[in-house]
Amino acid sequence: MSNKIALQLKGISKRFGSIRANHNVDLDLYHGEILAMLGENGSGKTTLMNMIAGIYYPDEGQIFVNGEEAVIRSPKDAFGYRIGMIHQHFKLVDLFSATENIVLGIEDGGKYRLSDAEKKVEEITKRYGFEMDPRKKIYNMSVSEKQTVEILKVLYRNADILILDEPTAVLTPQETQKLFAVLRRMRDDGKSIIIITHKLHEVMAISDRVAVMRRGEHIATVVTAETNESELTEMMVGKKVSLNIDRDEPVGSTDRLDVKNVSCVSAEGVQLLDHISFSARAGEILGIAGIAGSGQRELLEAIAGLQPLTEGEILYHNPKTEATEDLRNKTPQQIRDLGVRLSFVPEDRLGMGLVGNMDIIDNMMLRSYRHGRSVFLDRRQPHELAERIIASLEVVTPNAQTPVRRLSGGNVQKVLVGREIASSPTVLMAAYPVRGLDINSSYMIYNLLNEQKKNGVAVIYVGEDLDVLLELCDRILVICGGRVSGLLDGRTATKEQVGLMMTKIGGGD
Amino acid sequence: MADSEKILTEKKKTEPLFHITKRSTVTLAQSIGIRAIAIVAALLLCALVTVVLTGDNPLSVFVTVYKGAFGPGRSLVTIHDIAILLCISLAVTPAFRMRFWNTGAEGQTLIGGLATALVMFFWHDTMPTLPLVLLMLAAGVAAGMLWGVVPAVFKAFWNTNETLFTLMMNYVAIQLIEYFLKIGDKSGSNVVGPALLGTGIPNLFGVQYLFNIVVVALLTVVLYVYLNYSKHGYEIQVVGESENTARYIGIDVRKVVIRTMLLSGAICGLSGFLIVGGASHSINASIVGGRGFTAIMVSWLGKFNPISMILTTLLLVFLGRGADEISTQFGLNSSFSNILTGIILFFIIGCEFFIRYQVHLSRGRRAQTADGAKPKETEGK
Repeated sequence: MSNKIALQLKGISKRFGSIRANHNVDLDLYHGEILAMLGENGSGKTTLMNMIAGIYYPDEGQIFVNGEEAVIRSPKDAFGYRIGMIHQHFKLVDLFSATENIVLGIEDGGKYRLSDAEKKVEEITKRYGFEMDPRKKIYNMSVSEKQTVEILKVLYRNADILILDEPTAVLTPQETQKLFAVLRRMRDDGKSIIIITHKLHEVMAISDRVAVMRRGEHIATVVTAETNESELTEMMVGKKVSLNIDRDEPVGSTDRLDVKNVSCVSAEGVQLLDHISFSARAGEILGIAGIAGSGQRELLEAIAGLQPLTEGEILYHNPKTEATEDLRNKTPQQIRDLGVRLSFVPEDRLGMGLVGNMDIIDNMMLRSYRHGRSVFLDRRQPHELAERIIASLEVVTPNAQTPVRRLSGGNVQKVLVGREIASSPTVLMAAYPVRGLDINSSYMIYNLLNEQKKNGVAVIYVGEDLDVLLELCDRILVICGGRVSGLLDGRTATKEQVGLMMTKIGGGD
Repeated sequence: MADSEKILTEKKKTEPLFHITKRSTVTLAQSIGIRAIAIVAALLLCALVTVVLTGDNPLSVFVTVYKGAFGPGRSLVTIHDIAILLCISLAVTPAFRMRFWNTGAEGQTLIGGLATALVMFFWHDTMPTLPLVLLMLAAGVAAGMLWGVVPAVFKAFWNTNETLFTLMMNYVAIQLIEYFLKIGDKSGSNVVGPALLGTGIPNLFGVQYLFNIVVVALLTVVLYVYLNYSKHGYEIQVVGESENTARYIGIDVRKVVIRTMLLSGAICGLSGFLIVGGASHSINASIVGGRGFTAIMVSWLGKFNPISMILTTLLLVFLGRGADEISTQFGLNSSFSNILTGIILFFIIGCEFFIRYQVHLSRGRRAQTADGAKPKETEGK
C-alpha cells in the first residue's frame, strides 16, 4: 500500500425520493490496497459504489480520481477514469465465448480481431493467476468462472480501481480462497480494490482497511490489522435505538411447529438450508435474523410447502385435534387439506402474495376462492372482507375495485397482511413485512403481529432491522449461511450478540 | 467538423419536440373516442389513397365495401364468416389469458375438421342423422383436444416453448389432411367433397348456416361467463398473471395449463366440426384459410374479452369481404384491397398506443411553429 490516493469521495449524498441512501460520505482509497466496505442491508454500500461506477449520479459531493475531480455519468465514463465494477448479477451473453463477452461493446476504432483479443485475455489470466479458457462458452461455465469473466472484462479495459459487489456470495469456500489469491496479486500489482461484503471473517482475511457504513453514512475507516470482529460489529450495528414497540409476555406457550434438521439444495446444487432445527410456539413471536440470503426465504417457503426438502421434517401440532402432521414435501393445497391454518406474508408482495393486475376483491379471494362446491366464484364475501380491511387498516385506495399495483407500497402490504390474518391462522409467517414502509404503516404491522400473538398464533417474523427484532420478538433465531447460528432471548439479547451471530456461526467468543 | 459540432450543441439546447407519459387511468369515453378518431383517420387516408392511385370516387368505394359484406343475399354468408372466425378466436382466448401462446389454432381446427370428415366419409350413408352428427361432434372435439393437449403436457412437465410447439403441430395436421386426400379421393382433385362425405349437419329451420351461428352465439356467452365468473376462469387468470402467486396459494399450475389447453383445443375442434359438417361439406388443407392466425389478432384486439371480440371479428370480416368486393367491382388488382385493409388495421392497432400513453407537445416548440418561423434558425440566434 502506497500513500498515494487513487480515489477520493467528498461529501457524497444521494436520495431516492424520501429515502436517504447516502449522506455526506467521505472516503479515500489508496493505490495498491484492498478496502472492504462493511454494513448491514440497506446501509448504502452498493448505492455509493454505483455512483463511483457511473450507474447513479450523486446529488451532492465530488469524486476525485488521482487528485483530479472526475465527472462520472455512465459506466463508460468510469472506464475512462480506469474504474470498473463487478456487479452481483452477471451481465453476460450465454452463447458467446469468454473473450467475445469481454470485448463486447469496446469501441476503440481498431480492427476486431478475436485472436488478438484472446491473446490479451490469456496474458491477463496468466499475470494474475486466473483459471480460464478464453474460448469457453458462457453456458458451459460455473458461477465462479462467470465471475472471472466479469473481472477480466474490467481488467481488459485497463481498470486500476476495481469494485466488487459481494463477490463471495455466490462462491464456495474453495472458490473464495482462489478469488482472494487473485485479488492479492492484483493489489501487489498496484491496483486498488474495493470489496463489498457482509462476512466479517472475509473482511479480516482479505482487506487492508475496512470502511463501515450505517444508515447511509460512513461511520469510520479502520486498519484491519488494528481491529477485531466485535469492534467492527459494534460499528456496523450501532448503539441500540429505542422504538417503543409493545411486547407482552407470552401466555401458555406450547409448541405449534417443530422444524427438525431441515435441509435443502438449490437447482445448482448449493446448500441453501443446512440441518435447521427450531420450534415456533403458540402465543409468541419468533424472530429470524440473518444477513440477506442466508436461507430465510427458503426456510419459510419450505414450511409453506413451496420448497422441496432433501432432509428433515416439519411437524405441526394441531391445537384442535391434537394430532401431529408432517408437512414435509406437501403442496400448499395438501397442507391446507390437513387442516393446518398457515398464513404466509412473502417477501415478494406483488410477485407472490398478490396479483398486481387484479383488484382488491379478487386478491382477497386468492386464499378462499375454492370454498363451496359451486363451479362459480362467490365475490360477495371477498368484497365484504375487502371493505372491512380497507376500513380497519386505513388502506388508501379509490375503491375495492382498484388493481393493487396502483396502490402504494404500504397499502399493498396492508392488503396482503389483512388477507393473511383474516383466515384466522394458527401459524403466521411474515418475511420483511415492513420493508419500504413508512413509520406509521410499520407500527400498524407490528400491532397486527402482536394482536395475533395475543390470540395464540405462533408468529414467525423475518426481519432485517435488529432494533425491531430486539423489541418485537420473544425469541430470536439467528441464521448464517443456511445454518442455525444461535437462539437468543429477545428480552436479554444485545445487538452485538445478534450481529456477531449473523456473520459467524455461534458468534465466536 | 466545426459545423457538426455546432449542430450538436444546438441539439443539446433544444427542448425535445414532445415527451411521452403513461396514462394512469383511461376512462371508457377516452378509449372509445381515441378508437373512433383512429377509424375516421383510417377511412380518410383510405379515401385519399383511392383517389390518388385509382382516380375512383372514394365514397362509391366505401359503398361497395359495405355492399360486399352486407349487400343483398350476402348478410348470411358474412355473419357465418364472423361466427367461424369468432369461434376460433374464442378457442385461443382461454390459453391467451393464461399467457400460453397457442399459435396452433389453425392445426387444431384442421384436425377437428379432418376427424369430422372421417366420420362422415365412413358412415354418412349408413347411420341416421342424429347419431351421425353427435359422432362427428365427438370426433372433431376429441381430435382438437388431442392437438391442444400435446404441447400443453410438454410445456407443463418440461417447459418447452409452446409457441413453436403449437406452430409445428399445424404442419402435422396439414400433412395428415393431404394424406387423407390422397387416400380418400382417387380422382386426384385434392378435395374430398359432398359426393364422398354427404351433407353432414342438417339446416336449422331450413336456414343455411343457422346451426353454426346459433352454436357460436351460445358459446360466446358461455365462455364469457366461464372466464369471468367461474373458479376455473379465476385460476387461469392467476396462472397467467403470476405463476409464483399460483404456486403460493396452492394452484396446481400443470393441471391448469393442461385443462385450459384441452378446452382451447376442444373449441378449435368444434370449429373444425362446424366448418366441415355445417358449411363446406368438404375437406382440404385450406378450409381454415389462415383464420387460426387471424384469431390471434382478434383475441388481442378484443383484450381477451369474448364480448368485445364480437366487434373485432365483425370489423375484420367486414373489411375482408368488402375488400374482395372492390377488387372485382372496380376491376382493381386484389392487392389494392389489401392496401386498404392494411391501412385500417394499422390505425386500429396503432391507436392502442395512444390509449395507453399520452403525448405532450413541448410549449416552446408549439409556439414557434405556430408563428411559422423555422425553429432551427430562431434557436441559432
